Amino acid sequence: MTTTVTVGLGSCGIAAGAHKTYEKIKALKETENLSFDLKKTSCVGMCYREPLVEIVDETGTYLYGEVDADRAVEVIEKHVNQHEPIRDYIVYTDLFHAPENDFIGSQVKIVLRNCGYMDPESIEEYERRDGYQAIRKIVGGNISREAVIDTILKSGLRGRGGGGFPTGMKWKFAHANKSAEKYVICNADEGDPGAFMDRSVLEGDPHSVLEGMIIAAYAIEATGGVIYCRAEYPLAIKRLNIAIAQAHERGYLGKNIFGIEGFDLDIYIKEGAGAFVCGEETALIASIEGERGMPRKRPPFPAVSGLWKKPTNINNVETYANIPWIVMNGAEAYAAYGTEKSKGTKVFALAGKIKRSGLVEVPMGMTIRDVIFKLGGGIKNNKRFKAVQLGGPSGGCIPEYLADTIVDYDSVNATGAIMGSGGMVVMDETTCMVDVAKFFLDFTRKESCGKCTFCRMGTKRMLEILNRITNGQGKEGDLEKLEELAYQIKNNSLCGLGQTAPNPVLTTLKYFRDEYEAHLIHKKCPAKKCRPLLTYSVDSEKCTGCMVCLKNCPVKAITGERKSPHFIHQELCTRCGVCYSKCKFDAILLS
Amino acid sequence: MRIQRLANFDLNSATDELDLSLLDPLIGKYRGKKGALIPLLQGAQNLYGYISKAAFEKLSRETGIPLSDMFGVATFYAQFRLHPVGKYIIKVCHGTACHVQNAVEISEALEEALKVKDGETTADRFFTLESVACLGCCSLAPVMMIKDQTYGKLTGTEAVKIVKNIRLEESN
Repeated sequence: MTTTVTVGLGSCGIAAGAHKTYEKIKALKETENLSFDLKKTSCVGMCYREPLVEIVDETGTYLYGEVDADRAVEVIEKHVNQHEPIRDYIVYTDLFHAPENDFIGSQVKIVLRNCGYMDPESIEEYERRDGYQAIRKIVGGNISREAVIDTILKSGLRGRGGGGFPTGMKWKFAHANKSAEKYVICNADEGDPGAFMDRSVLEGDPHSVLEGMIIAAYAIEATGGVIYCRAEYPLAIKRLNIAIAQAHERGYLGKNIFGIEGFDLDIYIKEGAGAFVCGEETALIASIEGERGMPRKRPPFPAVSGLWKKPTNINNVETYANIPWIVMNGAEAYAAYGTEKSKGTKVFALAGKIKRSGLVEVPMGMTIRDVIFKLGGGIKNNKRFKAVQLGGPSGGCIPEYLADTIVDYDSVNATGAIMGSGGMVVMDETTCMVDVAKFFLDFTRKESCGKCTFCRMGTKRMLEILNRITNGQGKEGDLEKLEELAYQIKNNSLCGLGQTAPNPVLTTLKYFRDEYEAHLIHKKCPAKKCRPLLTYSVDSEKCTGCMVCLKNCPVKAITGERKSPHFIHQELCTRCGVCYSKCKFDAILLS
Repeated sequence: MRIQRLANFDLNSATDELDLSLLDPLIGKYRGKKGALIPLLQGAQNLYGYISKAAFEKLSRETGIPLSDMFGVATFYAQFRLHPVGKYIIKVCHGTACHVQNAVEISEALEEALKVKDGETTADRFFTLESVACLGCCSLAPVMMIKDQTYGKLTGTEAVKIVKNIRLEESN
């Protein structure tokens, strides 16, 4: 067999330099006239090992990690030319126990079934991996629309965008509303900072999303489709465009598709313009219609009156990517994974202070601890695990002692966090929880559309209180006021953004109240993060007297002679932290 | 609240002479189509890097979309710029993963080195400094993006060095 060399060219791979790796290998192949197939793929989820190069030869499959251009030369020379795999660089293989075998082995890949295993720009490769077989099965078997909806209902699939509403129900409602014009929309406006699974699916397997949408369009009798994608994802948009063009060429989109008389479907991409609130379905529809993305009251739900006031079904990327698999393998096979009320798998984006940051897909019901430690490899630099933020700005922080909570919609909700889109940002002992709450609130405050007073003004007032607490000017009663405002905002906002905006503050207040109190009463930041609450001093052992801090101090609070330890005058110091960031010898102490 | 974006906009401050005829194919493509406002604005911004007062007026005149609607939409979405930008836009990621790994330090170091604040452009119109919500490269946090190149696992000093190198290469 011919040896295949595949380079991972997802966004994170490219950011880590995968293009250079690819070009290097291509140049080598050409100049030395080497006989192997060079292919491109997307992200396999192992972002922390990028750039990744996979070599498949007659002996087996080998995945090499951290392959920069130099290492690429070495790998091609040794492995391809001399048939000697370089064990030290192999991160995954089916032949022996490599460092990342557990990372791949503990996952169940349904949504990510093709990501990193095929060229996303090739419809042939998608079809070779059972692509477009699900819709063919429906057409060939004359499966009715009702039966398709029933399959999705029985599979127990719930909306993966965060709401967790049963997908089959949504389809049923949209199907029940008769209209000559109906729409399917794919929500790819992944605005939650820290979540990137939708981007990876669009970049790695755009056809599976298209196929999911085609099946949904068949089920509800839709006549048009829109993918609302963040403009910040240029590669995803490029690959989607390629996929749409290929689908048109093969007659999978257009008129009378798959030979069904009257089944006409066009799908186009609508680039989002940067507004977090457009993840909310009614705001998203307003944005497609060219308006300001402001949510409106529901009912009527989009299933009754959506895009251009026609019945519309909206699901997110991950939800659609599940659909072809469910149709192919049956509702029972899908429902075999997961817990009683949350079926199937969920993709999580692991980020923050975690060793293996990347994408993982696990069956619902796994504990958060297992996700972080078994798959994620634990905490970076062997620091102590403190909390994990689930669900982004709408979610909450789950403390270490609740890490045995299982991932399903209801168990996560019980902690005060939400499953959300699946962003998991891991925090260690050096993360200040008040600062984290402030960060999220600042985000939702900026992104509030301004329609509801409680969300518009309430988030601003809450942020002001948090700012004064972290500046050491907190007042008695501040925490109670925060809580009161939080409940008012939750109860009096129209859309999900406002209703969930206080969650990060509420959960940190619930689980880390002592940290708030340390800021408020003792004017101390236990994580040493909030600068105004720190005291800076010079470690006279380490100070070399280089005068860098002295020259950079904006208030001239540092004195000292060249080559002798400096001194910080506390009464002058404004705690700006410049000396700390400028010192090359770690001689500035924080306390 | 998003309306705060208005405070930064002074449409009359831009005095560039722009070739407005570049807008014609765009207007031809979208005239009379429903839901065309955002693609029109995106197209105009792709041409000039920002949307000037003259561009607004021409778009409004020729498509019949009221100027107030256009301005309302342009100020709502973070993507639209109403000021000329520098040749290089430095996007410093402030997503969650970058935040907990000290993205603030990157922004501060760049602000100091370039002598601009967040959202501003250097006097020589070379760099525009922006903080963005999430670039989706969380595993490389903290990151910044200049043109199509992403730089990961940064420190403040490294970020400044990268920017200085770009300026150096350009001036040679």
